[in-house]
Amino acid sequence: MRTAVVDRPIDVASLAAEVTSPSNGALSLFIGTVRNVNDGRAVEAIEYNAYAPMAEREMGDIAREAAEQFGTPHIVIEHRTGYVALGQASVAIAVAHPHRANAMDASRWIIEQIKGRVPIWKMEHYVDGSRQWTGQGS
Amino acid sequence: MTLDVLLFASYADSAGAPSVRVTVPDDARVADVVQAVRALASGSGIPERPLVAVNHRYAAPDHLVCAGDEVAFIPPVAGG
Repeated sequence: MRTAVVDRPIDVASLAAEVTSPSNGALSLFIGTVRNVNDGRAVEAIEYNAYAPMAEREMGDIAREAAEQFGTPHIVIEHRTGYVALGQASVAIAVAHPHRANAMDASRWIIEQIKGRVPIWKMEHYVDGSRQWTGQGS
Repeated sequence: MTLDVLLFASYADSAGAPSVRVTVPDDARVADVVQAVRALASGSGIPERPLVAVNHRYAAPDHLVCAGDEVAFIPPVAGG
């Protein structure tokens, strides 16, 4: 199990490699990426800002809770900070489990928890040069 | 006691600084710290009941604050 707030590109293949093992028949990999439109406005990039020590702590709690709830310690989560360009990964979650249902359910549960609890904020940079902090759940 | 309250994202923008200093009674609770910050000119943009973290954990309004605690106001989170 490992969680991290990182200020460099997320290497999703290495996250997958980190959790995979012969005993696990399923590996679920969720990648959240920067989308080009939000609320009808053309987005150029998103700048992620974190309260890093608390974000790390919350992500660690989420991973431990997921491990207990879904029955696997094979969980890795990374979340970006800083300027993330269109299409680049802002968050990646890798979960491996002997069976697919738990791997997929854990992955879904983890991203919803991240969105609801982890102190990270995004400043959307728009194509027209303006920018603003986005609200919860966007 | 004197506390430096950490602010982030829209709260930091509204205050024009990443932290604000307040003086509160030694038996202050989270709600008292919120009130003290909102009473500052720079804290007027902070909502009435923001989420607050003490020492990296979310804390209820009646949570007792101690000298040396790290207190942070948490705007609605938007990770992912």
